[in-house]
Amino acid sequence: MDFDVGEEEFLVILGNSGSGKTTLLRCIAGLESPEEGYIEVGGEVWLDTKRGINLPPQKRGIGFVFQDYALFPNMTVLENILYGMKKRDRVYVIELLKRFGMEALWDKKPDKLSGGQKQRVALLRALVSNPKLLLLDEPLSALDPDLRLNLQKELKDFQKRACITAIMVSHDREEAIRTGDRVVIIQNGKIVEGGKPYKVLTSGQPLLIEKRKDKDRILIILKLDGGFLEVELPKEEL
Amino acid sequence: MEGINYAPIWLTLKLSFWTTLILVVVGIPLAYYLAYTKSRLGLFIETLTTLPLVLPPTVLGFYLLLLLGKHGFIGSLWHRLFDRQLVFHFEGIVLASVIYSLPMMVHPLVSGFRSVSRNIIEVSWTLGKSKLETLIRVILPNAKASVLTGLVLSFAHTVGEFGVVLMVGGNIEGETRVISIAIYDAVEAIDYFTAHVYAILLLAFSFLSLALLYGVNRRWNL
Repeated sequence: MDFDVGEEEFLVILGNSGSGKTTLLRCIAGLESPEEGYIEVGGEVWLDTKRGINLPPQKRGIGFVFQDYALFPNMTVLENILYGMKKRDRVYVIELLKRFGMEALWDKKPDKLSGGQKQRVALLRALVSNPKLLLLDEPLSALDPDLRLNLQKELKDFQKRACITAIMVSHDREEAIRTGDRVVIIQNGKIVEGGKPYKVLTSGQPLLIEKRKDKDRILIILKLDGGFLEVELPKEEL
Repeated sequence: MEGINYAPIWLTLKLSFWTTLILVVVGIPLAYYLAYTKSRLGLFIETLTTLPLVLPPTVLGFYLLLLLGKHGFIGSLWHRLFDRQLVFHFEGIVLASVIYSLPMMVHPLVSGFRSVSRNIIEVSWTLGKSKLETLIRVILPNAKASVLTGLVLSFAHTVGEFGVVLMVGGNIEGETRVISIAIYDAVEAIDYFTAHVYAILLLAFSFLSLALLYGVNRRWNL
């Protein structure tokens, strides 16, 4: 498996369960050690099995969001987010929480939060450490469909505002179209296809139902898996 | 009927305190290794750690006597370093108690560490925290019920120790005569009043320790 990720790009790795997508993410994070492989991020070699280089996760500078959010149950929301910061800045974190409408929850433990709130805290915790790479392991899969839709948009906005490179694994094609700048599909540990999400995921079907343009966006409506999907794209996409 | 001698009570508390303290220092890293290792050596060490639980105290005491004696590996080393014997001395019974009560500390810790979600440990590593910092700030607080269980069981188990202490320490007033040995002495001397006092003390202490343990654990689990 061989692929590149551009700076500030949002790459979605799409695959069914057992396809190896989570293992791939864990290898990038340094949580698993592959027998063979090479990973370079921003000119720094994280893994080179030929030269015996394998940086531990602590030294890779990543933000990792797990499917179950993995918030520390013994810490409050504020402490969870502060945990990853090199210089603990409470004022900054409270400001961030305000921006997400969660300032009232700063002293709550994770078991008092809803799924969406947990997801936001996990994302903030991963981002405040200014990671070189944000890794997301199906971070929205445990949420109900409506909330999921909102958070997909929020996640994408957040990534763009933070100017951060992100890799997300998912099994949801709509999610890949909504969030990804690019998608790669893997099956049995191999990349079978890659490219712009709406092109890769809708190829071979009479897909484009409608294309609306207004000032600064293009709205396309696609037929996907028997249903319809609306996707907003920046103008330069088409 | 003799008056009540408080020396065995203080000695027992002193022995339990030192034993528990050493077990915390030794038990946490050992339990961490056992909880997460995949090596076969881990299986061997885990079995070895459990042995004091199933061995008769006299068997354990006998081998400890040989090991800690003047010609034993540890005993001779100690003698060379401190010009003092380990057997029939307080330091000797502390060491014997540490080995005897090791499973009481290590077993709850291992199961507590294993019950902590792997994801929260890994997320701590990805946030740049070392394994030691993750142990202190994430694993131990989330396994606090197991830590408390280990502490209480180790202390209470040492308080009630008899066979190993007798084999290694003998019955020396102020040095190795702990409460359980004092009870044995009193019964031998047909001094049932003294035996009763010591025995009720041990019984009350053990009951209260366990009640405290269950009470706190129930509260934490709510």
